[in-house]
Amino acid sequence: MQRIGVFVCWCGSNIAATVDVKAVAEALGKEPGVVYFEDYQYMCSEEGQTKLQNAIRDYKLTGAVVCSCSPRMHEATFRKAAAKAGVNSFMVEIANIREQCSWIHKNKEEATEKAIILGRAAIAKVHLNAPLTAGESPVTKRALVIGGGIAGIQTALDIADAGFEVDIVEKKPTIGGKMSQIDKTFPTLDCAACILTPKMVEVAQNEKIRIFSYSEVDKVQGFVGNFSVSIRRKARFVDEVKCTGCGLCTEKCPQKKVPNEFNLGLDQRRAIYIPFAQAVPKVATIDPDYCTMLKTGKCGVCSKICTAGAIDYKQKDSFIEEKYGAIVVATGFNPIELNKYDEFAYSQSPDVITSLEFERITNAAGPTGGTLLRPSDGEHPKKIVFVQCVGSREDGSGCGKTYCSKICCMYTAKHAMLTREKYPDTEVYVFYIDVRTPGKSFDEFYRRAVEEYGVHYIKGMVGKVIPQGKKLMVRASDLIDRKQLLIDADLVVLAAAIEPDKSARPLATMLTASMDTNDFFTEAHPKLRPVESPTAGIFLSGCCQGPKDIPETVSQASACAAKVIGLLCRDKLTGNPCVAHSDELMCNGCSTCEKVCPYGAITYQDKEFRMPDRTMRTRRVASVNPAVCQGCGACTVACPSGAMDLHGFSNSQIMAEVDAICK
Amino acid sequence: MEQNNLKETLLRISGVNPRKCMKCGKCSGTCPSYDEMEYHPHEFVSMVENGETEKLMASPSLYRCLTCFACVERCPRGVQPAKLIEAVRLAVIRQQGMNHLKPDQLPDMLDEDMPQQALVSAMRKFAK
Ligand SMILES: Cc1cc2nc3c(=O)[nH]c(=O)nc-3n(C[C@H](O)[C@H](O)[C@H](O)COP(=O)(O)OP(=O)(O)OC[C@H]3O[C@@H](n4cnc5c(N)ncnc54)[C@H](O)[C@@H]3O)c2cc1C
Ligand code: SF4
Ligand code: SF4
Repeated sequence: MQRIGVFVCWCGSNIAATVDVKAVAEALGKEPGVVYFEDYQYMCSEEGQTKLQNAIRDYKLTGAVVCSCSPRMHEATFRKAAAKAGVNSFMVEIANIREQCSWIHKNKEEATEKAIILGRAAIAKVHLNAPLTAGESPVTKRALVIGGGIAGIQTALDIADAGFEVDIVEKKPTIGGKMSQIDKTFPTLDCAACILTPKMVEVAQNEKIRIFSYSEVDKVQGFVGNFSVSIRRKARFVDEVKCTGCGLCTEKCPQKKVPNEFNLGLDQRRAIYIPFAQAVPKVATIDPDYCTMLKTGKCGVCSKICTAGAIDYKQKDSFIEEKYGAIVVATGFNPIELNKYDEFAYSQSPDVITSLEFERITNAAGPTGGTLLRPSDGEHPKKIVFVQCVGSREDGSGCGKTYCSKICCMYTAKHAMLTREKYPDTEVYVFYIDVRTPGKSFDEFYRRAVEEYGVHYIKGMVGKVIPQGKKLMVRASDLIDRKQLLIDADLVVLAAAIEPDKSARPLATMLTASMDTNDFFTEAHPKLRPVESPTAGIFLSGCCQGPKDIPETVSQASACAAKVIGLLCRDKLTGNPCVAHSDELMCNGCSTCEKVCPYGAITYQDKEFRMPDRTMRTRRVASVNPAVCQGCGACTVACPSGAMDLHGFSNSQIMAEVDAICK
Repeated sequence: MEQNNLKETLLRISGVNPRKCMKCGKCSGTCPSYDEMEYHPHEFVSMVENGETEKLMASPSLYRCLTCFACVERCPRGVQPAKLIEAVRLAVIRQQGMNHLKPDQLPDMLDEDMPQQALVSAMRKFAK
């Protein structure tokens, strides 16, 4: 028989105002096995914990029930306190009489009755509890960063700085992400390349960092501290070691008509290409969709020209297997497709462009050499209309997003200001619903666009863009002047909503990391654990978690690195002892549990069993890897023979709780 | 009809929830009849919400709406202003007692040659 102590917490007035705590303590004191009971104002305080520990010693308790807030709050606190007084942590149970009782009831009598019932269930469970000890597992001291944008770069540099090895997997031929495409950056207007390229070079030169560019994560197995990952290195048909990045091939390749994705299709590149001059790694890549040699076997110009002998038309995808202690997701974002927004004529006129295209047109390394020219005829636009919130802040019934994309108000102000500075004879209109500029020096930046640069900010939305000859007729409302406007613009720039990269969802499935309905990765706690995924060992960096500008991305990236370093510093991790285990004598080897386990913790083994007639027989039975099992209990429910059970939450414990409630 | 009731009726027959409107003005920015109107699509939405229905009912703007549904198509919040304008038009017809039909007149009017649609639409304009 257990010797159980019951402790009822008032939580100030949070519980005591709705639940008669004294009555609860007394009623529970009468339960079988309860040898001590007490109520106290704040059980979680030093004083409260000491009460628990003293009672354990004075009354030789073997278990305890604390009736208090949710176990998510203080289960760990009370278990730790009990362990210090010599009682196994897992002999302490919490009855949640706050979130599940006092906060949701008004009637004191009813709430008190319910609190007693909840306490009784916890006592019934403690009677069947057994001491559990957590196992330990080693930590592989290497991190994987998926995505090589500014987020992934910063996280990798910080982890490497702490002395750990880091691998970056980037699906494009070069790292850099969206920041390598933008021109100048708000709010200080420093040039993106000037601050990004040094970091890219630092990554390339850091001995602790390996870059797997043009690569993707193929398979992930294992658990925190012990992931094993298979990385697909896509064939780029160029030997990375031999290629010197001289770029001769990219000038001589006769296939010139390939849309240049780095410039968003605004110009063309060759079939063999280096995305931009500062690419890291600076290695050429052959585009198999356009290369004549790969498609027809006739050409081979690049291999003739390459003095390093780096071209290899026979190259195949290869795979690398590596072990990691932590995985960082930094897969970033993309602007949404605008084909469905016919009212803005994006698909009808080349002079209706997205903001990212505008960045390329104004970038010195872009298709126009940095001169603002219309894509259709290469003329200077004299009247430009910017439209904010395109595809953001919708109600969810259409093709847009329900959230605010956060960065577009600021970059639109930047575009408008820079245009007026470089081309003072250009009229610039910005249509906004709200101007959202919270951030250090952000609102001042936007006001400068209006006051110093004379950008026309108009509260209202563009309803339609009609291409007419060389002009774009923009029909819009001016809500403050109560007018409908018709502007004959030369260029229309759409601030398209941003969304997570399309590869993020399959990746999340591989990592068993959770996502929200918009495919942004969810954090373990929206306020208190913003850079960790709820899945242990998976961390989040940059826009894959939600829209962010560069300052925020970099802060989050460094915070994420700090968490990873904290993990990699440890030699051993204590596991969760509440894991599943199968009763091999009852298991019929049906594989049902293996199929439902979301973590891949269950495998099957052939084992010898002694049968009643004293013969030996080989049977196939389930076996759980306790280091991988997260204790979700899916298998215990699915097992048709009742062979699977969960330590700490056994079927008999749960039934005892239910019985106690229904008594 | 009492103000509050009228607002409720308008919302019920139109199926519009004016609180979804974020006052972006895209509806009015796209409306082809904007210049002919005293009150514009987004104003219909906010005025109904604010209970200023009488002003709307007295305004010729009601009959300038072409029911082209451009605003319905483009509203980012799915508010459907044109449906609300149609509801206000119906309210005017009903209020003036311009019912063409009473239910008990119906049986006498049934005629094989009369399209059923005509009866249905006449009934739609019927107010109890
Ligand atoms: C038009 C425009 C202008 C902007 N201007 C500014 C500005 O002036 N100032 C400012 O502060 N911010 C600005 N921003 C915001 C800035 O671009 C972002 O904050 C920043 O790029 C976010 O970095 P990231 O690393 O999270 O994402 P990204 O830059 O998107 O990087 C993600 C990287 O991950 C890679 N990747 C994706 N999926 C996978 C996968 N499955 N496997 C491997 N690799 C993968 C991608 O190829 C990419 O390289 C602007 C944004 C836009 C659209
Ligand atoms: S940041 Fe500004 S422009 Fe972008 S969606 Fe939010 S409010 Fe609209
Ligand atoms: S378009 Fe929709 S959300 Fe915008 S003002 Fe009109 S009704 Fe309101």
